[in-house]
Parts: sequence; structure tokens; C-alpha cells
Amino acid sequence: MGAQKKRAAAAAAAARVSEDPDDLARQPLQAILLADSFTTKFRPITLERPKVLLPLVNVPMINYTLAWLEAAGVAEVFVFCCAHSKQVIDYLENSEWFSQPNFTVKTIESHNIISAGDALRLIYEQNVIHGDFVLISGDTVSNMSLTQALQEHKERKKKDNNAVMTMIIKKSKPSPITRQSRLGTDELFMAIDPNTKQLLYYEDKADHSKGTICLDKMLLAENPSISLHNDKQDCYIDICSPEVLSLFTDNFDYQHLRRHFVKGLLLDDIMGYKIFTHEIHSSYAARIDNYRSYDIVSKDIIQRWTYPYVPDVKFCGNRATKLERRGMYRALEIEQSRSAQVGSFTVIGYGTKIGSNSKISDSVIGEGCTIGSNVLIEGSYIWDNVIIEDGCELRHVIVCDGVIMKAGAVLKPGVVLSFKVVIGERFVVPAYSKVSLLQQPTVHDSDEELEYADNSSGTVEFSSIQGTADQSNGEMTSESSEAHKPKLGTGGVGYIWSICEGGQEEEWRHSVAPIPEDKLTELSEAMDDDQELVTQDRTALSTSGELISDSNASEGDDNEDSKDDSVYFEKEVEATFLRAVEENVKVDHVILEVNSLRLSYNMTSADCAGAVFYSMMKLAIKTPHSSAIGLLTLYPSPFSMVASNAYPIYLSGELQQNTANIITTWQKLLKSYLLEIDEEIEIILKFEEMCLESAKEFSPLFARILHILYDKDILQEDAILRWADEKEGADESDKVFVRQSEKFIQWLREASEEED
Amino acid sequence: MPDTQVLVNDFLNKLKKRKIEGSQATARQTAELLRSVISQQRVPYTNQAGALIDAVKAVGEQLIAANPVELAVGNIVRRVLHIIREEDLSLTTAAIGGLNLSAVSDDENDDDRDGDSTLSAAAVAAAARSTLRPPSLQTLLEDTPVSAAVPQTSSSGGDSEGKTADKSSRSRKLKHDVIEAVNELIQDIVTCHEQIAEQAVEHIHQNEVILTLGSSRTVLEFLFAAKEKKRSFRVFVAEGAPRYQGHLLAKELVARGLQTTLITDSAVFAMISRVNMVIVGAHAVMANGGVIAPVGMNLVALAAQKHAVPFVVLAGSHKLCPLYPHNPEVLLNELRSPSELLDFGEFSDCMDFGSGSGSPLLHVVNPAFDYVPPKLVSLFITDTGGHNPSYMYRLIADYYSADDLVVQRRATAGN
Repeated sequence: MGAQKKRAAAAAAAARVSEDPDDLARQPLQAILLADSFTTKFRPITLERPKVLLPLVNVPMINYTLAWLEAAGVAEVFVFCCAHSKQVIDYLENSEWFSQPNFTVKTIESHNIISAGDALRLIYEQNVIHGDFVLISGDTVSNMSLTQALQEHKERKKKDNNAVMTMIIKKSKPSPITRQSRLGTDELFMAIDPNTKQLLYYEDKADHSKGTICLDKMLLAENPSISLHNDKQDCYIDICSPEVLSLFTDNFDYQHLRRHFVKGLLLDDIMGYKIFTHEIHSSYAARIDNYRSYDIVSKDIIQRWTYPYVPDVKFCGNRATKLERRGMYRALEIEQSRSAQVGSFTVIGYGTKIGSNSKISDSVIGEGCTIGSNVLIEGSYIWDNVIIEDGCELRHVIVCDGVIMKAGAVLKPGVVLSFKVVIGERFVVPAYSKVSLLQQPTVHDSDEELEYADNSSGTVEFSSIQGTADQSNGEMTSESSEAHKPKLGTGGVGYIWSICEGGQEEEWRHSVAPIPEDKLTELSEAMDDDQELVTQDRTALSTSGELISDSNASEGDDNEDSKDDSVYFEKEVEATFLRAVEENVKVDHVILEVNSLRLSYNMTSADCAGAVFYSMMKLAIKTPHSSAIGLLTLYPSPFSMVASNAYPIYLSGELQQNTANIITTWQKLLKSYLLEIDEEIEIILKFEEMCLESAKEFSPLFARILHILYDKDILQEDAILRWADEKEGADESDKVFVRQSEKFIQWLREASEEED
Repeated sequence: MPDTQVLVNDFLNKLKKRKIEGSQATARQTAELLRSVISQQRVPYTNQAGALIDAVKAVGEQLIAANPVELAVGNIVRRVLHIIREEDLSLTTAAIGGLNLSAVSDDENDDDRDGDSTLSAAAVAAAARSTLRPPSLQTLLEDTPVSAAVPQTSSSGGDSEGKTADKSSRSRKLKHDVIEAVNELIQDIVTCHEQIAEQAVEHIHQNEVILTLGSSRTVLEFLFAAKEKKRSFRVFVAEGAPRYQGHLLAKELVARGLQTTLITDSAVFAMISRVNMVIVGAHAVMANGGVIAPVGMNLVALAAQKHAVPFVVLAGSHKLCPLYPHNPEVLLNELRSPSELLDFGEFSDCMDFGSGSGSPLLHVVNPAFDYVPPKLVSLFITDTGGHNPSYMYRLIADYYSADDLVVQRRATAGN
């Protein structure tokens, strides 16, 4: 305890010192490596060996992560071991990682931890993290340089103390058919502020059946720009500030790093913590989450995307391997029959023997394997010391250490054989089945979170059968041993795990085998249907959606909507009006129609008047005419004519003529909405607006048409005068039309005075 | 000893993770590391040279295995071994010479070398290594028996030492001499650019057009040296995809006021008819005169041959490798990450192995080096002058003892 206190004091001192910006950069970088994924996706293999020690292209996964951390300049790594912690610690102690200069690896062991959140809380209690740290799980392969991301993180942190985390992302397009990324994870939706790179939204469990995702309205309201991505891959490499640990401690219900922590921070705006993203382009980063990503990442490694972490570079004490043509990696001391065909992109481990006429392609073979003759191996991962007898066929499978396959056995795509399983002669293991010496745990955890809780000590509590085929413990349940053992053929040892309820359907998604052709076509057909449905849905939704927003068009946010509505309304009215003109519908009928529209859109009669007038004017423009502007120049002072009170003579412009005609024809329609003086003013305002924006052709004719409207008794002089008065105090730019019609207004004023 | 172990491990790590780039840096660091290995090595009473050789071999083997593609490491290890043998030989002959003068006067050339070496073995050894004079037939005839005799002498060295009285002073002297000579070697590596550059005016003439590919420090210095001597010429720089180091070279050339034209690699053939000379750097020069050079070089060499343009390779002596290439396109090549060629994100849908047959339809191959066969090379310029490709094996015999060429394999067998 004393030592711990001292360390805490030292940490506090370090924190104090680190406030100096120069020191901040010099502080050694720390990392937390979670040597446990807290999931069950790699069962049954992970019942016997921790996931981080599973070989990935003949090198235990954790080596990739550690090698990268070391190369990225991390000085101290805390390896958090939970399930099978003893195995992990033993492995690390025997590896070269403990003897590296400038790179210390320390292990933290705990058995009663069931989630990443718990692990981080424990690390926080130990008080070993003093500054920014890299949070990574032991199954991540990367070759990115941390320098830039780290610098960005530090700069952001300096500016804004709430920027607690930088998440590394990488572009990777999801498959449009299966709706999952190439790594077999679900399609991920992220909303990112394109300027600040702030992460605003993170959804990896979107419901694809609907074809929609929901974004909080506030998200759109608060951010000036937002870009929504579905082509980003989360690399599960996070640069965190020390606050992250305390956040986990404060929120004791945070378990999962993404589902709880990231989403929690994004939703909870009380504390205002922010998460940012850093996108990598040329470098590689991926996490092995399931069997499919195991397959994909292996292939990426063989294709050298992870350079320099490739088999022929000895980055962590792996055996010397030579790269030959067509991407063939071969270690030393291989016995290969002359007639054996080893195809491209294959890795063959040290001391493996391959018999005659065997064909191997796109596969990884471990060390010390014995492969008989006439064996076919395609796209498979065979670990160490496996014996495959003559005539076996393996396609897209994972075969763990020490498995024996008797002659003629066949593994269908997607099979996983756990440690030391024996497959009997000529036995065919059905597709996607998982075979283990251990019995399937009878109680199925409903949630994958609770993975290693029960076998944390590293020793497995499930009943295991060692060699003898007919040993059966009392624990064994009905559908286990007796039912399954004969299924592995004569001399076979192991249980075929039944695929959990409802899982059968999804098995192909995460399997090591590629998605079968028929599944893809089936899916794409289903998708086509879906799309039709969705588009139909959308159209249906759009109309109904408007109706809803109509009813509550009161809040500021909804103003936008109501504006939209009035535009729609105007369009509807215009359409109605044009139809009426074309089909010579009676004015009364048009009035009726417009009235019904008015009711359905919940508009006032002023709106109707405006809309009707608008459509009339539009019609006037559409009717063929020569330019009115040219004519105007002939009459530099039109109101001298108005004063002479003989306007028909002056309808020289065709546009003016058209307008006059239309107004004459449809004055009844217009008048029916001009119940009060307000509506009339509305019309003038509308006209003014039109002249300024949508129908500039009218602007020179404003005063004259105003006069026409007056003459037709559509506008009363009061309305015009009041409009003029209202405009009195307006901006200069607004008064253009008042000015234009000054003489007319003056004339009106004089006329009214005369009457008085 | 533990100190050197730490150093060795550190260097091994760097080599393994490909953290050191460029053969000059690698060569210098290797030499420095071996120097500290030698200085830390405790020398036994008898057979000191043997002990030193074993120590260097043990470290050297690890270093070579760490990055077999970087040939400079192996070269320097072999050079150091050669130095040890040579120093030992010179001491022995001096000792024998002291006893019996007539044995030394056998041969004039050896005489003056050994006579000097008693005064300052290191200086003379260096002089002998960097012989600028053209080899006379006599030296050719004499050198071969000497290098063949080396293992004999070194093994018998212990015996002769046992007989000599002033053993302790001799043992100290051997180590001292070796370290001195390794220092010389380091000096050579550091100054190789200047020594090569000194010859620039002899090769670059007024108003010529020079073409180069990618970026090489040696070429850069060479061109500068010619520029400084008031030669006016133009340089075409092929950009050197996919790393585009030619861009950097062009930038530096322009900074020094050289008229530069940057072209794509694929435009080399179109431009080569206007070029007077191709001057390029190399990654390594093999014993047969073949060149391991940045990818794209073979194309340039072929284009140059087609238009009878001289193809000149600049290489410091640390790049001379005593091995003969076997399948160099594959075995002496480094396949780098495909991400230098294309963006992973853009092509991620082409690499969805999850559908179809499961094997990727898109393969990206990004080799770092090209092999240029000796017949395409017109001239090598090393720090000792210009040489014909067919002469390289001779030059190599000056630097390496024939014993060390296969020494690695024998050492592994021994271990």
C-alpha cells in the first residue's frame, strides 16, 4: 500500500509538472491493452486459450498489438489480463517483450472482471496512468503512426478541456447487400462534424429492416455542418485523456466501450465531454472481432497491408520466413512433396510436411503440421501440430492446435475445430459447426457481455473428455455426449456444439467462410423488394409528415415547415388556377376548389388572395409577350398618362395587356377573397415581392398594374394609401415601388381630398 | 558485455522493424556497433584474432538475419572481419619480419605495406584498402595468395604469438589497430559522398542533360559538386513512383540553382533521346556488377541502352556486396505495403473476401527494388574512382577476404 501511495504521490507530482506544455510532449506515452475481448465470439476456442494468444498468421495476436505500440512510441503498456490470465502472463514472461529497452510491459491481473468498463475502473484505482494513454484491445493489428493523432489530441485538449478522447477511424465501405463491413461487423453509422472532426453520433446496431436511422433533431440544429458516414470503420484504437478513467468510475454502469461509454458521452451533454475522430488513410488498422475478421485480417497481413508486420519480417521473434513469388511465405525446414501444389498467398510454418498431390491455396499452415497426400486445403487456417491424413478436404475452416483428421474426413466451409479434436475417418463435418473437446455450456448467456465470468481462473470448469470416447460425466446433459459423439465418426473425439437458437441464420455473417453465392442473391433480391417498400413508405410518409407539422406550426423550429406549407399551398392554388384557365372552369367552381385547399392547408383568406393573385400574375407572364421593358423606355413618365385618365390607350405593352385581360376575366375570383382591407394590402405586398423576386418583368409596370387593379375595383384606394403609409418608414430599397407609384398615390390622395 | 548486448538488441530491433532507412545510415551504425563490440570484447591470451572474429561473426549473423534485404549490414560485417584478419596478418608478418627480414623482402608490394604497418598499421591498412592506383598485374597476382593465406595465418597466429615474448603488448596492439581501422572505415562511410562527388567534373560536361530517378544523396552531392565547379547543365528527374522521392530531389536541386525538369517514370523513354547521361544511385552493387536499385531502374537502364546513353551508377564502397545474386528480383527484394500504391478505403470493396470464392481478386504488389543486370551498366563510380561492371569482383576482393563470403553459413552450421 505504501508503495502505491508513493506512486500516487509521484503521479500527482507528474501531473503538476505536466502542466508545462513542453513537458507535456515529453511525458512518456502509456497504453492500456485489454487482453480480453469480453465477448464469446471466438468460442469454443476461447474456452481453452485466450483470444489474444490465438495465432494470426502463425504469430499470437497480442504480438501484433505490442509490436505496433512499441513502434508507435509507447513507453509503457499495462496489459490487463482477465480470462486465462495465467496463460497470458506466462506467455509474456517467456517472450521478449519484458526485456525490451525503452518499452516496459506490465501485467494487471484480475479474475472477477466481466467487462471493459470494470477493467478500466480497476486500472483507475491502481493509479498508474498519469497522462494521455492509448486504449486498445489485444486483438488489434495496425501499423499507423500515432504522432499526428496524438498531437491533434493534445492540441485539442489544450484548447478545450472536454476533448477527452480521439477515436481512430478508417475508410472502409460496407457491403450494400449484407449490410456489414468487410470485417464482418455491422454497418456503422457515424455523424462527424467535418470541420472539427468531432464525433456526434455513433450507431453500430442500426436496424436495417427499416432502412432509416434516427438522428436527434438537436444534432442538426446545433451544428452548422454535419456529415453522416456509413463507410467508416472503427479501428478500436483510442487516444484517451486520464479523465476517461475517472468517467468510467463515475458512471459505474458503463460496461462496453462503445455501446455504453461512447454513446453515453454523446448523449449526455451535461458534462459536455467531447469525442473526436482521426481518420487514417495510408496506414492500416483493424480489430479482430469475429471469425470473419480473423480471416480478413489474416489475408490483409499476407497481402502486406500491415507492413512491416508481415510474416517475412521478424518483428517479434517469429521464425524466419521467406517470401517467394505469388505471395508464398515459407519458413525453413519444410518437407514438401514434389507433386504437392502450394498456391499463391499461402503461409507455411516451420517444419511442416506436405504429402504428394496435395493442394493448398490461400491458407495459413502452422508449425510442425503433417499433411498427407491428396489433401485439399483451401482458404483455411491450420494452427500448429495438426495431423491431416490422406484425402481430407478442408475448405474455409479453422483448425486449432493438435487436431487429428483421419483419412478422408471432410470439413465443410465455416467449421471450427477446437484444440485436440479428432475427426473420424470419412466423416463429414457439416458447415458452420463448431467442434470442441469441451461440452457446450448448457446455460446460454443471453448477453455476450458475460463471457469469462465463469472461467476466469483460467482453468475450465466444463467437463472435458480426454481421449476416451465413452467417458461421460454426470454433468452432461441430454443432448450432449451420446447424441454427438457418434457424429464425429469412428474414433472421433469431441462434441459438435449446437448452434444457438436463431443463430443459424446469422452464422454465415461472422463465419470464416465467404458468404455463399445463393445467400448473396437471396439477400440482394430481398433488398430490392425492401427498397421498393422503402420508397413507397417514404412518399407516404412525406405527405402525412407535413400534415403533422401543420398542426403544430407554432414553434420557432416549425417555422420552416409552415413556410414550406405556404409554398406548397401556393403551388396547389396555381395548379388549380391554371387548370381552370385551360378547361374554362366556372369561376364559382374555382372558388370552391381554392376554398377547400385553404381549409386543408389551414390558410387564411389573405393567403388565398395572395396565392390567387400570384397565379394570375404568373399566367400573365406565361402568355406570350414581347419585352415590356423596351416599351417602358418610350414612356419615361408613365404617370402623366395615368393622370389623363385614359389608361386603355396606354396598355401598349403586351404584358400589361395580358395582365389587364386576366385581371378582368378573373376579378370575381380575386374579389371573393378580398373581404377586408388587409387582404388587399396583402395583395400589394405580394405583388411587390413578386416584382422583386420571382417575376421581375413586372417591376417596371408596377404602378400601372396597380392602377389597373384600382380601376377594376379590386383594390380600394384606402388599401393603396395605407400600403403607402406603411412603407413610409421602410428602408430606401423597400420604397422603390412606392416611389414608382408616387404620382398615382398622389393622385389618389388628391381625389380623396376632393371627395371630402 | 551486457552494454553491448543492449546496443545489439536495440539495433536489431531497429533493423527488424525497418526503422533505419538508407544504406549509408545502416552501414555507419553497423560499423559503430561492431566497433563497440570489438572494444568490449575481452581478448584471450592466444588466438586473439580468432576471438575477435568469432565475436563479430556472432553479432553479425544476428544483424544480417534481422534484415536480410539490407545488404549494407552484411557488407560492413564482412569488412570488419576482413580488417581483423588484415591487421592480424600485418602484425604477424611484422613479427616474423622482425625475426627474419628476408621473408618480408620477398615481395616489394607487401614489403612496403608491412613495413609501414609496423609504424602505423591502421593508416596503411586504410591506404591499402582505398588504393586509388590502377591494379598492376603484379598486385593482381600477389593479392590472391595473400587473401587465401589469411585464414591460415590467423589460425596459426596464435602459435606464433605463443612464441613471441611481448604477447600482452601485441594483444593490446591488435585490438587497438582493429579499432583504429574500423574508425577509418566509419570515416570512409561518412565521407563517401564527398569522395564520389569529387569526381563529378570529370563526368559531367558543359550543357549536358543528366537524367536520374528517385532520390539518392550520393547523386545529389555529385550534381552539386559539378554545379559548384561552374558546370552548367540540366537535370531530368524521374519522380520514382510510388514513393515519389524524385520530388524531394527536384526541390533540393532547384534550391541550389540547378535547372531541373521533373518527369513521370513512364516518360523516361520519351525523354531519353535528349539525355546525355543517366546518373543514378544504388541500393547495393553485387559481385557480378549487377545493381539492386529502387524500383523502376531497370526500365531506365533499358531505355538508356536503347539510345546508347551512358548509364552511370554511383555507389559508396559500403554498397559493394561480395555476393553473387541469385534470383535477386525475389530474394533480394522487399515487398512494401500496398498502401503506397492505392488508398485502402477506396478499394476496400474490391478486397471484400467475404463473398465469392474467398480469395481476393485484387492483388497489389509493391516491390522496393529492381535488379539491373551488369550488361546495362556503363560505369560504376565509387569512392575509389570509376570502374567497369566486369571489374567489380576485383574491387570486392580488395575489401573482403574470400573467407568471409560464406562465413555466415559456416557459423550457423557451427552453432
